[in-house]
Amino acid sequence: MLDRTIAPPIHDAVEFTLSLKPYTKHVLKNGLPVYAIHAGAEEVLQLELVFAAGNSVEAAPGVASAANFMLRNGTQSKTAFELNEHFDYYGAYCTRSCYNETALVQLHTLSKHLPHLLPVLREMLTESVFPASELEIYQQNSLQRLQVNLQKSDFVANRLIDAYLYGKEHPYGSYLEADHIKQLQRDQLVAHYEQFYLRGQAMLFIAGKLPDNYVEQLEDAFGGLTCTPMQFPLPVPIPSPVTDKKYRITNDPNGVQGAIRIARPFPNRHHPDFIPCMVLNTVLGGFFGSRLMSNIREDKGYTYGIHSYLQNHIGETAWMISTEAGKDVSEATVVEVYKEMALLREELIDDEELLLVKNYMIGTILGDLDGPFHIIGRWKNILLNQVDEAYFNRTIDTIKKITAEELQALAKRYLNPDDFYELIVV
Amino acid sequence: MVAPPTFAPMIQFERFTLSNGLRVVVHEDASTPMAVVNVIYDVGARDEDPAKTGFAHLFEHLMFGGSLHVSSYDEPLQLAGGENNAFTTNDLTNYYCQLPAQNIETAFWLESDRMLSLAFDTKSLDVQRKVVCEEFKEHYINKPYGDAWHQMRELAYTTHPYRWMTIGKQLSHVEDATLEDVKAFFFKHYTPVNAILVVAGAVNAAQVRELAEKWFGPIPSGTRYVRNLPQEPTQAAARRKEVVADVPLDAFFKTWHVYAREDQRYYTTDLITEILGSGASSRLYQSLVKEKQLFSSIECYHFGSMDAGLLAIEGKLVKGVALEDAEAAVGVEIEKLQQDGISDKELQKVINKTESMMAFEDMSVMSRATSMAIYELMGDANLINTELHRYQRVTTQDILDESRIIFRESNSNTLYYRAKA
Repeated sequence: MLDRTIAPPIHDAVEFTLSLKPYTKHVLKNGLPVYAIHAGAEEVLQLELVFAAGNSVEAAPGVASAANFMLRNGTQSKTAFELNEHFDYYGAYCTRSCYNETALVQLHTLSKHLPHLLPVLREMLTESVFPASELEIYQQNSLQRLQVNLQKSDFVANRLIDAYLYGKEHPYGSYLEADHIKQLQRDQLVAHYEQFYLRGQAMLFIAGKLPDNYVEQLEDAFGGLTCTPMQFPLPVPIPSPVTDKKYRITNDPNGVQGAIRIARPFPNRHHPDFIPCMVLNTVLGGFFGSRLMSNIREDKGYTYGIHSYLQNHIGETAWMISTEAGKDVSEATVVEVYKEMALLREELIDDEELLLVKNYMIGTILGDLDGPFHIIGRWKNILLNQVDEAYFNRTIDTIKKITAEELQALAKRYLNPDDFYELIVV
Repeated sequence: MVAPPTFAPMIQFERFTLSNGLRVVVHEDASTPMAVVNVIYDVGARDEDPAKTGFAHLFEHLMFGGSLHVSSYDEPLQLAGGENNAFTTNDLTNYYCQLPAQNIETAFWLESDRMLSLAFDTKSLDVQRKVVCEEFKEHYINKPYGDAWHQMRELAYTTHPYRWMTIGKQLSHVEDATLEDVKAFFFKHYTPVNAILVVAGAVNAAQVRELAEKWFGPIPSGTRYVRNLPQEPTQAAARRKEVVADVPLDAFFKTWHVYAREDQRYYTTDLITEILGSGASSRLYQSLVKEKQLFSSIECYHFGSMDAGLLAIEGKLVKGVALEDAEAAVGVEIEKLQQDGISDKELQKVINKTESMMAFEDMSVMSRATSMAIYELMGDANLINTELHRYQRVTTQDILDESRIIFRESNSNTLYYRAKA
């Protein structure tokens, strides 16, 4: 008779050996590095061109993201519609994204269509014209989207907490106002494009089931670009956090939930406490079985979800706790968050919970390592953050070996309520 | 410039049925160290009592509150290096977990025990009712336009249970759920004969068969649930509704009744939505956002539901544009389609997009497992390999014919969502 009360034996994931598949590196004739991962079963690939063209180098707020977005809105020989039509015809996705230090152009496509798409990508990167009419539409639609977003308490909370943590002048803390969007000028976009794309710094990442001649294809398309290899370190200004730490904001008098953000400044990946704190963060609020989730969702039902995480920044960053909770239980939620911090400072995590968290973390990383896009994502993170190539192995090693005593010491160092900014937006 | 035909590698699988009626699909993939266990139950919000809506989804939450012999689902799974989640739609409820393949038996133990019986814990019900209410607030109350689809469903459906959203018609239905409701629902729907198990990843069929017999084999089969839903009568006249709310911009919503998932015309409909409103080169975006600048955003899509669903066009208007003018402009684009149809090239474009989307979806073993479970629920897991052919069979004539049938005004439902002055 099957005894269902007895769990089947398990292999502890901490005993597994994990390795990150190494990349292949090529250098195009103009010096641009290409990092490649050839893996996967589906005939698809992802190509990313990363430029040092993020909002930390822009001349005015909003210029970097507008320039990045409008790369697909017209070249010397193609209208925005013709560009869109071309990518859509081949079932490809050409996305643009703008971050603080970097701005990306990304292509997802069936591998067989790559030769049809690269020439058009090159055109965007060498002959974009930023038509004034396209900019007007962009401004109008961005303004309207902003107007809708500003009615959402979570959107407002995300903007404000970053401004408190880094200061509004810092790229991580600044946010776009309607006036910034209205004041955008075509000339600013063109200047940004010339300086940070045409004559900028770049690096390439490609992953998936790669065609045999992909290096040749990339050489033909991008070997003639006039930009130079990305220079490190990428410049990041020093944050200047605000003084007051507690905020209660009413954004929508009829709101039924509070968007809660509790956060403290935190060093970046180069600090020795960063990796160990990733483990502590997982215990606190980094997965479904975390302390915050177990207490505030699964025991009290105050929220649909509560999470904590270390923000993914190249420079000095922040440790963030984030949730949307019922309006009448928002203050109680904040109290419970601090109680959970106190428990981590005052009591050792027991062996069972620690093993669970370790196995969960290793299992999750293991599950990530079979997909080419995940693998290249990890390498991109390592390279852009300029941590050494042993970073992945060190992460695995730390997860496996860290002790409850070490985690408690970290909690005492980092999880003190006085260091946290606290915000509720209703 | 027609793209050459693709010979995508077939996704291999084996199928068998346990004596209690549980259907099992095994998909071996040695390229991953992980295993995925996916269980689908043939029950969704459409199977709910109109006075107790939101129940299938609330129930999904309760499935994590402990089962007959195991007090917690999540903890043993996490200890085994796994993670999991679930989702509920109007049609079905799906549970999936992924863990290192060495520990696959843990997933069998956990999934089979909660198929055998839940613990029916009062505290879990109390807490999850609150959690779901917060989910309701977060997504449908505390967001501008959050109730638009609630309004539209009530307008478009008079009879079929697609009249309500998965989350439920109103908060009180979830708040009033009792433990008796929970038990009745469980024993009616959560039984082997109403479920499909898909196991994928670094596994082999013999091992899965043995584990399935061991853990799921002893569960009583239950009674096959025979779905007998009130069908929506053909709509005879256009319906319209206006809502005034505290939102910054006017928004436009319009839907038309389309076809069930198993109907070949479903694929024609899917391609029509791609042509009109998916992607930056689509007709509605190009004409109404870029050229005429009446909308700041516009989309056309359909619900993909098992029973006859809705095709939808929704967009936010540029400030100052009248809803009537925006609607007329949408009408012009539809008439163009109805009169001139589409070119071979445009058809090829949307078929190419579909092929590409499917290839990206199939990248992860988890998403393959879920797709196969849904296809098996539709009658054949092998649709994962053959469904693209159904798209390739669609002709420009089909698109023309169907655009004339679907977009009859009498088949339409229009919602004006006005910003309070």
